[in-house]
Amino acid sequence: MPSQSQNSSEAKIPVTVLTGYLGAGKTTLLNRILSENHGRKFAVIVNEFGEIGIDNELVVGADEEVFEMNNGCICCTVRGDLIRIIEGLMKRRGKFDAIIVETTGLADPAPVAQTFFVDQDVAEKAKLDAVVTVADAKWLADRLRDAPEAKNQIAFADVIILNKTDLVTPEELREVEARIRAINPYAKLHHAQRCNVAIDAVLERNAFDLDRIMDIEPDFLEAGDEHDHDHDHHDHHHDHDHHHDHAHGGLKHYHDEHMQSISVRLAGDVDPDKFLPWINALTQREGPNILRCKGIVAFSGDPKRFVFQGVHMMLDGEPQREWKDGEKRESKVVFIGRDLKEDQIREGFLACAA
Amino acid sequence: MTASASSLTEHIQPIAAGAHVTAAAFIGGAPALALGDGAALIGEPDSLKRAAAHPDGSILVAASDGKRLITGGDDGRVVATSPDGAVEQIADEKGRWIDALAVRNGAIAWAAGRDARARDVHGVVKSYSAPSTVRGLAFLPKGYRLALAHYNGVSLWFPNAAAEPTLLEWKGSHLDVTASPDGRFIVSSMQENALHGWRLADSRNMRMTGYPKKTRSLSWSHDGHWLATSGADACVVWPFRDKDGPMGKAPRETGVRQAKVSQAAFHPRALVIAVGYEDGFILLCRLGDAAEIFVRGPGGGAVTALAWDADGRRLLFGLDSGVAGLLTLPA
Repeated sequence: MPSQSQNSSEAKIPVTVLTGYLGAGKTTLLNRILSENHGRKFAVIVNEFGEIGIDNELVVGADEEVFEMNNGCICCTVRGDLIRIIEGLMKRRGKFDAIIVETTGLADPAPVAQTFFVDQDVAEKAKLDAVVTVADAKWLADRLRDAPEAKNQIAFADVIILNKTDLVTPEELREVEARIRAINPYAKLHHAQRCNVAIDAVLERNAFDLDRIMDIEPDFLEAGDEHDHDHDHHDHHHDHDHHHDHAHGGLKHYHDEHMQSISVRLAGDVDPDKFLPWINALTQREGPNILRCKGIVAFSGDPKRFVFQGVHMMLDGEPQREWKDGEKRESKVVFIGRDLKEDQIREGFLACAA
Repeated sequence: MTASASSLTEHIQPIAAGAHVTAAAFIGGAPALALGDGAALIGEPDSLKRAAAHPDGSILVAASDGKRLITGGDDGRVVATSPDGAVEQIADEKGRWIDALAVRNGAIAWAAGRDARARDVHGVVKSYSAPSTVRGLAFLPKGYRLALAHYNGVSLWFPNAAAEPTLLEWKGSHLDVTASPDGRFIVSSMQENALHGWRLADSRNMRMTGYPKKTRSLSWSHDGHWLATSGADACVVWPFRDKDGPMGKAPRETGVRQAKVSQAAFHPRALVIAVGYEDGFILLCRLGDAAEIFVRGPGGGAVTALAWDADGRRLLFGLDSGVAGLLTLPA
């Protein structure tokens, strides 16, 4: 059920989704956000009452009721309780600036994210600002092996808080970071101890604004790596025969066998009459395997950048700001998912050139 | 009513509600508004009383039996407000949101999460835990029986019977629910922009589809022959007179505009529908000849509440921006 909405996202309430495997530190982060003196008021949707140590009149208990939609989309699930709660919160509009949704440690982020695409009433009033995943530096690598939920949460993230870094050695930290990057090279990654990250690293990221994906994996070198790197990041041309890691001056590269990311860049303009049918067909066909997709596209003759994002088979796109003077008109798409057919996606997108 | 006037705007008295209008009603003949800031506004526009029904809370749902305004809040409380502004707590669900509410003949039913409760005129409360969150509640017209809308169907529950409720099954998330005044049909609105109906005699299913948005307002005509609905660029009115209800029939459409209908309220004595839109527009539409009378132009947000008084002489309306008003039809 893809749609290209033309609605502006102004005045929509930003929603931050907090995920993370059991024990990673979600509640610690939430308490930190709520206790910080930032002058903002949040409506907080939690899965368990009582864990929040801060008085907040707008804490709502959720039941994580995941509903299937009868719309022919096989992977289309939504959070029914979230639709109901956001409808209720809108009766108090003006009393809060943003919504934070905490999910349970075993939750798949897809139904939460899809709720903002599928439900028209929710989409008109709220927008997904970012999926923030808290990861335990000591145990994440193990969970990525034995818990598919943990892997999904990393794959879905726009922001990753790698927590409890004081409990691991620098070598272990590099290792777990490389594991994360093998799944999701595009998320903004922060190191933390007891979730001590700046609040603006987590909230109002406008991560779905997608600006930053135009840079090639800008955070790849930032976090926790003091070496001076000058190596050209290959565009993930790799073979999948073996699980390999190779170190480039201390930075490890892993390739996850089933979960991977693909980015394709196209210099110059894209033909919308080729691109839109292609992306619609691709997400319809491969939707179950595509966890997230995002892109910024230069449509021929259009002064504005077209941005889109998707979750599984759900797509949403709109014209955003104008291309700046001197800004290179180029297009880039990013896919994160399982067993993606990289060659097909790459060729398919490049064939959309104007 | 007189259809000679083409506009009724000059007959509106404005009401500064000041918060999202969740519901409108007339209690003891006086206008009553349930608000998103937790207050109940009672009385004529020039002598309004503000009752603190849910202090620090928000009214999520409201219903009325014409005597009192019953409200359910995000403070977990069910409260009854009288025409004099006095408030009485009916129930406290300890902070769990009250998601649905229904009243009939002094009985009150509400739902918090999966738990539905029914309180009879003597104050005896019975409970039933549904398979998933109860989104809609409606009393059936005959007997002490309730319809509960939830995921994958509607349950029909006799609070005073030990028997398990009867499940009317249909896949998907059911939101609001209503029973036809003759008790023959149950109709629910669904997440997928459709209505679903059951004929109780044989549990036969009816699909009513084609809406561009969710239907969140359902109103029966006084004779029970028609069901007016929101969710389209017109008020969609389904025929329920015949044995088969709307099965195999096309609905009427009235009040066609370039905006979605958000509220529909049938006149209590005539086949006239007050139709409110997402842009604040309000029309009166006569079903027979499709005549329309203009009440209010666009502006001030979406119409979220519409209610006629018992005689059908006055129409109370409210918008999500806190704008409200009382229309008195000219004699």
